[in-house]
Amino acid sequence: MTISPSLDERFRAAAAAEGLLDVAYDVFEDTPVGPLLVGVTDHGVCRISYDPDPERELEELARLHGPRVLRSARPVDRLHRELDEYFAGRRRHFDLEPDIRVVPEFNRRVLEELARVEYGETTTYGALAARSGSPHAARAVGTVMNRNPVPIVLPCHRVIGASGKLVGYGGGLERKVMLLRLEGAIL
Amino acid sequence: MEVAVPPFEVFYERHKDEVMAFLGRRLGRERAEDAFQETFLRALRAYHRLDHGEHLRAWALTIASRIVLDDFRRRRPAGVTNAAEMPELATRDARPAYEELAPLTDGLPQKERAAVVLRYGYGLSYDEIGAALGSTGSAARQAASAGVRRLRKEQT
Repeated sequence: MTISPSLDERFRAAAAAEGLLDVAYDVFEDTPVGPLLVGVTDHGVCRISYDPDPERELEELARLHGPRVLRSARPVDRLHRELDEYFAGRRRHFDLEPDIRVVPEFNRRVLEELARVEYGETTTYGALAARSGSPHAARAVGTVMNRNPVPIVLPCHRVIGASGKLVGYGGGLERKVMLLRLEGAIL
Repeated sequence: MEVAVPPFEVFYERHKDEVMAFLGRRLGRERAEDAFQETFLRALRAYHRLDHGEHLRAWALTIASRIVLDDFRRRRPAGVTNAAEMPELATRDARPAYEELAPLTDGLPQKERAAVVLRYGYGLSYDEIGAALGSTGSAARQAASAGVRRLRKEQT
């Protein structure tokens, strides 16, 4: 006997409503940057993943946040809406907080500085390193950007090379170009 | 090497159809739907306390069995218990969860039997068993040792 989709949805909603989940996640299939797997905790957005491999992502979420990881649409509703507005050019700032409690200390410091880089602006790896209190750590900052657990919400696409080169992006350079164009930071 | 506890999503997807089939046979479709939700919510409430990912199928079916029992008890006038009408545990399902200990433990009361089988058949911790039975770890420990005492008495 298989279970009906409505029963399945009802259970997933009840699990979230009772506050039993370490992470609620879902996959947004149709975004301008392709499918995104997103995860939220009680503290905010803990994961946004391009080209997700769900099996691996779930293992990773469970390892970092606890094993009660379940797909559930309702908890990620608000993020869905904010992302839609962002991609439509109607939102310049996310109201949802990123949850980066599990990120190592140096990375967290850098990501907190990154959060201050405004929509439509760019900064450089070196400048971000300096603002994070480690002026010689431009390369390490590049690695932190590459491992950013919540791209888009924490805008690592706004960090470029000192020469003006875009350098790289965890989600692929094409997406970096797309996001910077969307924000009017480049032509 | 111990099997790691899988993400709950994986556990749920792996066992949901079998749990629903089990509940459907015992309770009928309509009551099975509520019991299904309660089974997995109960599993979820205990899931972060699991020590390892072994025998999760037996664990899930045990939770479902307990919920079937609760359902029967609720629908039966207080004080009346007719063992013959009680739903069976997962033992006699198409794929028995308790096959090895079943002959030995068949005569035990349901709760003691579940505790003994999960403890000595599957090596689950008392916390896990308590969660499966809808009670506490110490209640599970008591049920298991009561079951073992009863078995010893029957052997002699």
